[in-house]
Amino acid sequence: MAFDNERIEDYKDIWVFCEQREGKLMSTDIELISEGRKLADERGAKLVGLLLGGNGIADAAQELGGYGADKVYVIEDEKLDVYTTDAYTKAICDMINDKKPEVFLVGASTIGRDLAPRVAARLHTGLCADCTHLDINMDLYTDFLREASTMDIDNMTFDMEDTNLKMTRPAFGGHMMATIICPRFRPCMATVRPGVLKKAEFDEKKAASVVVEKLQVTFAAGDIRTKVLEVVKEARKMVDLIGAEVIVSVGNGISKDPEKGIKLAEELAEALGGGVVGASRAVTDAGWLTADHQVGQTGKTVRPRIYVALGISGAIQHKAGMEDSEIIIAVNTSDDAPIFEVADYGLVGDLYEVVPAMIADLQANIA
Amino acid sequence: MRIYVCVKQVPDTSGKVAVNDNGTLNRASMATIINPDDMNAVEAALQLKDELGCQVTVVTMGPPPAEGMLRELMAMGADDAVLVSGREFGGSDTFATSQIIAGALHNLGIGKDDIVFCGRQAIDGDTAQVGPQIAEKLNLPQVTYAADIKKKGDVLCVKRLLEDGYMTIEVQTPCLITCVKELNEPRYLTVKGVMENYDKDIVVLDYEALKDEELIDVDSIGLKGSPTNIFKSFTPPQKGAGRMLAGSVEDMSNELVTELLKKHIV
Ligand SMILES: Cc1cc2nc3c(=O)[nH]c(=O)nc-3n(C[C@H](O)[C@H](O)[C@H](O)COP(=O)(O)OP(=O)(O)OC[C@H]3O[C@@H](n4cnc5c(N)ncnc54)[C@H](O)[C@@H]3O)c2cc1C
Repeated sequence: MAFDNERIEDYKDIWVFCEQREGKLMSTDIELISEGRKLADERGAKLVGLLLGGNGIADAAQELGGYGADKVYVIEDEKLDVYTTDAYTKAICDMINDKKPEVFLVGASTIGRDLAPRVAARLHTGLCADCTHLDINMDLYTDFLREASTMDIDNMTFDMEDTNLKMTRPAFGGHMMATIICPRFRPCMATVRPGVLKKAEFDEKKAASVVVEKLQVTFAAGDIRTKVLEVVKEARKMVDLIGAEVIVSVGNGISKDPEKGIKLAEELAEALGGGVVGASRAVTDAGWLTADHQVGQTGKTVRPRIYVALGISGAIQHKAGMEDSEIIIAVNTSDDAPIFEVADYGLVGDLYEVVPAMIADLQANIA
Repeated sequence: MRIYVCVKQVPDTSGKVAVNDNGTLNRASMATIINPDDMNAVEAALQLKDELGCQVTVVTMGPPPAEGMLRELMAMGADDAVLVSGREFGGSDTFATSQIIAGALHNLGIGKDDIVFCGRQAIDGDTAQVGPQIAEKLNLPQVTYAADIKKKGDVLCVKRLLEDGYMTIEVQTPCLITCVKELNEPRYLTVKGVMENYDKDIVVLDYEALKDEELIDVDSIGLKGSPTNIFKSFTPPQKGAGRMLAGSVEDMSNELVTELLKKHIV
């Protein structure tokens, strides 16, 4: 039913959907709880995690507490063991209608992006996809704009009392940024890009004091219209780009000898203290590395301590996924490759010559 | 059995992007393409048509020039096309858009065996929200991220991608499926198809046609009715150019490693 605007003040608290697979929390859950803590403090509200799953899932609640959740609502039901759109949408919409959170955050995983739009449409509220930055407090938001935009913030006027959740995301493939608000409906909903928000420190004391409340959901016949026949984990080793401290990515510049190029990237990552190999889309499209290595707009957003781009031109879609890395090193034969615009250190040269030299120098110096 | 495919014409963001002074996208000055994932949705529908002989209808919401795209899709093999277009629809966010498209599909009629296909997401917004929101408005079950679709009697068996693998999901019809590029290779349009379709009628559904549709609440469409609003849009600053190292391969490598050590980066 249409949302009753008169009752907007009734909506309080910050909620985070904590996705689990096979009973294990996702790393995005921790990122969202950490960020949610910050937002709850800005708003003077409670931070609540939602944990839905099969029997035994409640055990994960303490971990959420340790990262900042005041409270965790748990629903244990065998129908929630494996994700289905219908069951999760019903359970969550029932809870939201009953308890009225002001903000509801969901990780932008393939499941979060299935669930969140369905929930928002049922509740008649707004949803902002794939956010990379969130604020409530206007002072913090204008501080953010001062850093992240080319606008002359100090000569602009803002309503400093605005308490809407301000949801910022890249638009048009990273060419621009947009901040979205949802002023007339509640909850304000956002999906948040994995790997972008920082994790808080785990606190044993908070983990022990988190309030866990078990809730129930009742499903009627016909509520769940899909049947999951199997869940298959791909046997291949997962590439943990998002958690990596060091990423050495390869681009089309390895086309002469892809195998050797990838081997050099692995060795360089090792020499830099251990890391993983990423790729531009040219490389994953060519099949030299699998799609889970891809960095960029349609791949992963990463921000390691060190990002090395070998033979990558630096298309806007690639930059969108790596330009927030702390230190960027680029190796490219062409001195006007756009990747150099975002690089802290640029080396013009053939990667097959430059990389072995780098590896040797690193090994000689860090013995 | 009828298959609806929801498609969108999008600016080609792979090249240079034109931005207006006020920070919005200058769509008029940019080339348009059919959204890539939507091509996979069209192909999926055409493959089912090849197999089962059903009717394939392409539906888009957009300005009148989107008609050209619809003709191309008919030249690929779609049977008919619907253009949902009206000034009142302009500025709609995903909630409002999905309400209008759901209203249009409801108006066209969704039968027991029918399927709605969408692309996973559009490259101009990358939200992946409109498909699931249409499904909700139409009260249809959904399966997103479909990488394989097989019809078995009156259910569909769908391979649904996850980050670390996939699920196989059985879903009853009518339903809505969003398609990813792994699903198929879209076919090319044929010259014969272009000839046959260049003056074929396209159904146009405008505000007048849809305003009394039960799924549409006229107060929650368009720029004013959309639940989300743009608070600010801005361009990120270019990161200050770093240092280009000079000299031979050995010189550059040496200088880099010295710098990294000095700054305690390694
Ligand atoms: C909707 C959309 C989404 C996209 N999403 C992504 C994405 O997520 N991630 C992504 O990466 N791309 C993405 N792309 C593709 C992107 O536009 C580029 O095409 C791609 O990033 C190019 O990859 P590349 O830099 O490896 O290849 P190229 O552009 O071919 O560049 C190769 C570079 O290697 C250099 N080189 C050649 N030989 C050597 C050598 N021996 N040593 C050193 N350097 C050498 C060349 O000078 C050149 O700069 C997307 C495109 C679209 C349209």
